[in-house]
Amino acid sequence: MIGAAGLTLGHFLTLGAMLFALSVIGIFLNRKNLIVLLMAIELMLLAVNLNFIAFSHYLPVEADKMAGQVFVFFILTVAAAESAIGLAILVVLFRNRASINVEELDALKG
Amino acid sequence: MDITTILFYVFSGILLVSSFRVITARSTVHAALFLILSFFTASCIWMLLKAEFLAIALVLVYIGAVMVLFLFVVMMLDLNTDSLREGFWKHLPVAAVIGALIAFEMGIVLMGGFQVSEAPVATAAQLQQGNTKLLGIEIYTNYLYPLQIAAVLLLVAIVAAIALTLRRRKDSRAMDPSEQVKVTKADRLRIVKMAPTVAAAQPAAPTEGGQA
Repeated sequence: MIGAAGLTLGHFLTLGAMLFALSVIGIFLNRKNLIVLLMAIELMLLAVNLNFIAFSHYLPVEADKMAGQVFVFFILTVAAAESAIGLAILVVLFRNRASINVEELDALKG
Repeated sequence: MDITTILFYVFSGILLVSSFRVITARSTVHAALFLILSFFTASCIWMLLKAEFLAIALVLVYIGAVMVLFLFVVMMLDLNTDSLREGFWKHLPVAAVIGALIAFEMGIVLMGGFQVSEAPVATAAQLQQGNTKLLGIEIYTNYLYPLQIAAVLLLVAIVAAIALTLRRRKDSRAMDPSEQVKVTKADRLRIVKMAPTVAAAQPAAPTEGGQA
């Protein structure tokens, strides 16, 4: 099945799913390290973007083929803004608490 | 197997191994470096899907800007990585089972349900225009308003990041220019009315000690 029919859409979607699962595992494993949590979120966004691009490539021509890539464009924008603000918050946090351990961030008593 | 399929499997292997190293690396700098490798490999896979502009944008924006920012922050903070890795092995079994289940379920559904193997052949006009021009036409016509919103979002992100990290030092002697400009003559100069001549004070009477 694999390789006989060449690359199918399922190959790319499965790769995206495995990448997403890996980043979920990463969030479970590195529950204390805020920086690695941010990196795992970036990996998740990458997996989602891979799905969008794969779908836009395999869409029929008459459909709006470029819509998926436009969406990826905007996701990249939002992700860049998110990581910039996230890292700024991280720096302020480290300045105030001298630690980025998630378990110690319990000031809100949530 | 044609060359594209072989390339796809090579890139997928590198992508999965490097993202596995991102989440398991002992040092955070190593994790950031492996994340750079994952982004680069993902952009190669996007090239296989004929999304050239986004692949280049991923390298430029993500590796060039965001990951360098990550590396800056990681190197700037003095982290004690050992205490941050407590509980790593404790959570590993649950996390591995959950992750394997997610990948397995989605793999079954996706490999079974999306057997679309024939990518549609682009029309001659599309081929002549190329990916970048098509994307640009789409963004600047149909998606112009979302593009403006995205631009405002980036501006907000800049302002927020600066405002968050800006710190006013307590011992700073910097001048406030607006306060300086607003100064009037009355703040600096006080005119005291005085009589032109003042009567000389009476010489003090000599005291008993004769100290005068």
